[in-house]
Amino acid sequence: MKINFEINGVVREIDAPPMKRLLDVLREDLCLTGAKEGCGEGECGACSVIVDGEVINSCLAPICQLQGANVLTVEGLSRDGRLDPLQQAFLECGAAQCGICTPGMLISARSLLDVNPHPTREEIRAAIAGNLCRCTGYIKIIDAIERTAKTNDLLSHSRYADQP
Amino acid sequence: MIYYPTVVTPTSLEEVYELLAERGRRAKIIAGGTDLMVALNANSLAAKEFIDIWRLNELRGIDDEGETIRIGALTTYTQLIRSPLIQLSVPALVDASQTVGAIQIQNRGTIGGNIVNASPAGDSLPVLSAFDAEVEIGSVRGVRKVSFNNFYTGYRQTVMEPDEVLLAARLRKLNPNERSFFLKVGTRRAQAISKVVMAVKAGTTGAEVNSISIALGSVAPVVVRAFRTESLLTNAILNATIIEQARSTVSQEITPITDVRSTEHYRRTVTGNALARVLWRLI
Amino acid sequence: MAVGQNVLRKEGFEKLTGAARYVDDITLEGMLFGKTIRSRIPRGRVKAINFDPEFDWSRVVIADYRDIPGENYVALIENDQPLLAETEIRHCEEPILLIAAESKHEAEIAARHIAIEYEEAPPLLTIEEALGCDEIIYGSDNVFKNFLIARGDVGEGFRQADHIITGEYRVPHQEQLYIETQGMIAIPGKDSLTLMGSMQCPYYVHKAIKQLFKLSDEQAIVIQTTTGGGFGGKEEYPSMIAAHAALLAHKARRPVKMIYDRAEDIAATPKRHPGIIRHRTGVTSDGRLVANEIDIVFDGGAYATLSSVVLSRGAIHSPGPYRCENVRITARAVATNTPPNGAFRGFGAPQVTFAYEMQMEKIAAELGLDPLELRRVNMLREGDVTATGQRLNWSVGSEDVLNATVENSGYVEKRRKISQYSSGPKRRGIGLSFFFHGAGFTGSGEAKMKAQAGVEITPEGRARVLTGSTEIGQGTRTIFCQIVAEELGVGYDDVEIEEPNTSRVPDSGPTVASRTCMIVGRVVQFAAREAKEILLRFVAERFGEADAQLIDGWFLAGGKRLASFGETVREYINLYGQLGAFAHYANPPGVEWDDDTYTGDAYPVFSYGAEVAEVEVDLDTYEVTTLKITTAQDIGRAIHPVMAAGQIEGGTLQAVGYGLLEELVWERGRVVNNRLTNYIIPTSLDAPEMETIIIEKEYPHGPFGAKGVGELPMDGAAPAIAAAIFNATGAFMSDIPITPERLMTAIENMSAPRAIDNPDQQ
Repeated sequence: MKINFEINGVVREIDAPPMKRLLDVLREDLCLTGAKEGCGEGECGACSVIVDGEVINSCLAPICQLQGANVLTVEGLSRDGRLDPLQQAFLECGAAQCGICTPGMLISARSLLDVNPHPTREEIRAAIAGNLCRCTGYIKIIDAIERTAKTNDLLSHSRYADQP
Repeated sequence: MIYYPTVVTPTSLEEVYELLAERGRRAKIIAGGTDLMVALNANSLAAKEFIDIWRLNELRGIDDEGETIRIGALTTYTQLIRSPLIQLSVPALVDASQTVGAIQIQNRGTIGGNIVNASPAGDSLPVLSAFDAEVEIGSVRGVRKVSFNNFYTGYRQTVMEPDEVLLAARLRKLNPNERSFFLKVGTRRAQAISKVVMAVKAGTTGAEVNSISIALGSVAPVVVRAFRTESLLTNAILNATIIEQARSTVSQEITPITDVRSTEHYRRTVTGNALARVLWRLI
Repeated sequence: MAVGQNVLRKEGFEKLTGAARYVDDITLEGMLFGKTIRSRIPRGRVKAINFDPEFDWSRVVIADYRDIPGENYVALIENDQPLLAETEIRHCEEPILLIAAESKHEAEIAARHIAIEYEEAPPLLTIEEALGCDEIIYGSDNVFKNFLIARGDVGEGFRQADHIITGEYRVPHQEQLYIETQGMIAIPGKDSLTLMGSMQCPYYVHKAIKQLFKLSDEQAIVIQTTTGGGFGGKEEYPSMIAAHAALLAHKARRPVKMIYDRAEDIAATPKRHPGIIRHRTGVTSDGRLVANEIDIVFDGGAYATLSSVVLSRGAIHSPGPYRCENVRITARAVATNTPPNGAFRGFGAPQVTFAYEMQMEKIAAELGLDPLELRRVNMLREGDVTATGQRLNWSVGSEDVLNATVENSGYVEKRRKISQYSSGPKRRGIGLSFFFHGAGFTGSGEAKMKAQAGVEITPEGRARVLTGSTEIGQGTRTIFCQIVAEELGVGYDDVEIEEPNTSRVPDSGPTVASRTCMIVGRVVQFAAREAKEILLRFVAERFGEADAQLIDGWFLAGGKRLASFGETVREYINLYGQLGAFAHYANPPGVEWDDDTYTGDAYPVFSYGAEVAEVEVDLDTYEVTTLKITTAQDIGRAIHPVMAAGQIEGGTLQAVGYGLLEELVWERGRVVNNRLTNYIIPTSLDAPEMETIIIEKEYPHGPFGAKGVGELPMDGAAPAIAAAIFNATGAFMSDIPITPERLMTAIENMSAPRAIDNPDQQ
């Protein structure tokens, strides 16, 4: 089946069995290995991507349902080889240890901040509750997302807000 | 999955009916995939053909019908959580939706899927039961309505025929003197299958119970209503004694089991405690 | 400079952009996909293996034990574990056959066309059954190993005691649950074999592969790929999956990738040893420990693997960080027909720490003593002697961690007023634990290992660290670069670390036992120092100075700049071809251990920790919410404070899981909750807020004062939470995990009334 969709801002066409998982299409057909398989059952969130503005488990989405969709993966966060503020905060706060949950975590965080730019720590916890991490205890991940929210606040109040 | 199943993507409800009439015995309907894809990934689902209804917007929408609300089968948990109508008129359904999995699942899981998946632990099901919901089922033979409390015929079995598709669930909004409650005890605080799940809808005047429905999941092969306990409480004045009686009656009424997640004793005891807690809040 | 700074993680950029390559991200041309066929019975024999004649077997490669060029065992300690079962089956999931096919799907289809017939034998599935000896499955009595540690005279001690308190504690299996499952790729060369994959110990895999395939050191090449968590679960097991992939690759003459799905990973790989630990303690009325008798039994599973070492560490830690002159510890690891248990962060210590700390709680409760005072009265301090006769000469932060934890948590005040925070069916509780963890290998392990590491300097003036120690998220790559940068006086960004490839790096020993920073980091420091010395001597001679110094990238003599680091390196390499140095580990003077009497310095040094947990128990649902954990941990020196805190926070949450949520459910020797829906680890909503205080009681023989941090955090949370639950409800839980079901039963069985009269509240 031929599917056309926009992935990280680029329109792509792939030909795949309709029930092939979005996760496998990303990793195999598109060579975007950022999204990971941690469980194959929608529990760990390591496969999280944003589809049409909503974060989902790509291990549970068959590609036939992605016709015309807009997909964002971790590879689409940084631009021109520079980390975006969320990634930078993760790096500075020590939010990534082994890194395997990190792509999914970033995606869930991005999805949260798009909808709720000023989340409380509790709201952050709820937003990443579908992303399991075994290394960090979640503390520095929450710190990083909180810091990004505050940085966004500062930027949006500054007169340089429109500059990249 | 070992074999990739084939998929047809109908673009209208009529087309769905025709497909089901032709191949409903062997083809499975797929919506958000949050149950079916897990089974496919685990190689525990044998279906080789799917009918993909995810884009069928006719099955979406939360409609205000005056005294009732009609919820399209493809309504996701996120849509339920965000709906001002549901927040106001069926708040227990918002609570239930927020306990399903986590955000990723809530964005794709549908109420229709929860209903037809027919798990005794389905989180929205006690709410539908307590609200005496009605389900709309369609096929080439027309549309029929079934009371939700008659929908299940046994463990993971429903009244649906192979050529039928679930269209919507309809429930009555809360009356001014009514309140609804939802309580789930899961294996952890998110991404949890329930050990005990309860929804209560009660109409009171002061401490007097005018009407009450108590629906429970994970304590029987299907979602059940605690009719004996409801009888005990209807027209009763809530006080410590009657609440204790209700606690005891509901514990005895259910038939929970011991399984990989929990024990019979725990489920019985906690169901009683959960009801007591809700009843105290009613006073 | 670099040490003590929160520099950016060396491989952070790749991890944050999705560019980091984990083994399943790698695809090679001609690669096949491998799958393991495993036993469905816990004990018996393979009677027949039937291949469906309808299936086209020419499309797949099958390997069994007869294809092994070397001997059929996976090298470890006792070498008793076969790579593939021959006829005898000793546990469910024991590997029997291997299949390689063009894709995962094809391998799965082929597997379904193989039927194995078994003849079953009665299995031993629990510690009690193993000790009961109705069947003998190992040696003469099902005991893999036993230890005795004795000091003083416990008989005399019990006679001196005013009270004798006994307790029995049970701890379960625990699954490491690294988010990246086990995976490996094997690539056959002309006369070499390359393994790349997820692992903690390239040289363990190297040793196993060499033996199995009769290869030399150079012919076997093992490379660690970016590894998504290990926690001990990738200490010894990778040798098994590597050899499986290698056997298929060897037979197929094509690369083979094997990746476990989560269900196979949980069902088949090693777990934390479950155990039964009994305490009998003699105390005086004022709370002094005068006799300590402890019996430990761990379930080793079907093969010896690492059980003797887990048992050893468990036994040594079992009296806790407390003074007692009369100690007798007996410890046994027994065989059962379950998958062999193995390494998991803590390695015997979390098990015995739960036991000894709950025993202290019990002693406090029965004697009407304050649990905090009981710790203060008995804690080990500098100069004290442990159960193995080790005098604690340096870096004893025991009192510091206890004081810091108590102060920062507000323990004393909160404990006094705790019932005021309770309302309705919710009961608050606060509890304390105090613990220690020996860093480095036990006993003579490090002396024998002589871990090696090197530092080479490139013509561009960059330093490169050469070590077999691996990055598994804990920060190895970063801290080694910091250590070298600090030692050489160059920038952190000018230091890099070689890929862990056995053909390029020396054997620094395995990445385990909280030894990577303290032991290997020290060797790295010495290697850097030696490289610096070489250059200093070179500069001194070159400029005719008596001696020179290296500061901030410049060589100086008498305060005068002589040459830059970069120029000097270029010159040296022009003349001599290369620049670098290797060093190897030797124990600090005075560190001695006797393997025969099992006495002496069990570890070069201990790290110390204290923890306060605040919980809320819902008496309607018996759910326990961990509200907050405060912990101070003495780790000598934080090379990277944020990463050190990250280790503490991560380990603490794993221990919260151990105490409240995680257990394997078995049915006839098979795990039935081997999926993430049913094996429950904490999500962000289950995780408490944490306050972490790092105490730096410098260890003079660690790099810049550092000692071990990796495992210490795993020891404290379970007993702290259990103590808090005891405080909240009066229910003393001697088994973990403290699930709501178990807590409910305990509270129902209590003779005391449910509303707790807080003895602390006067």
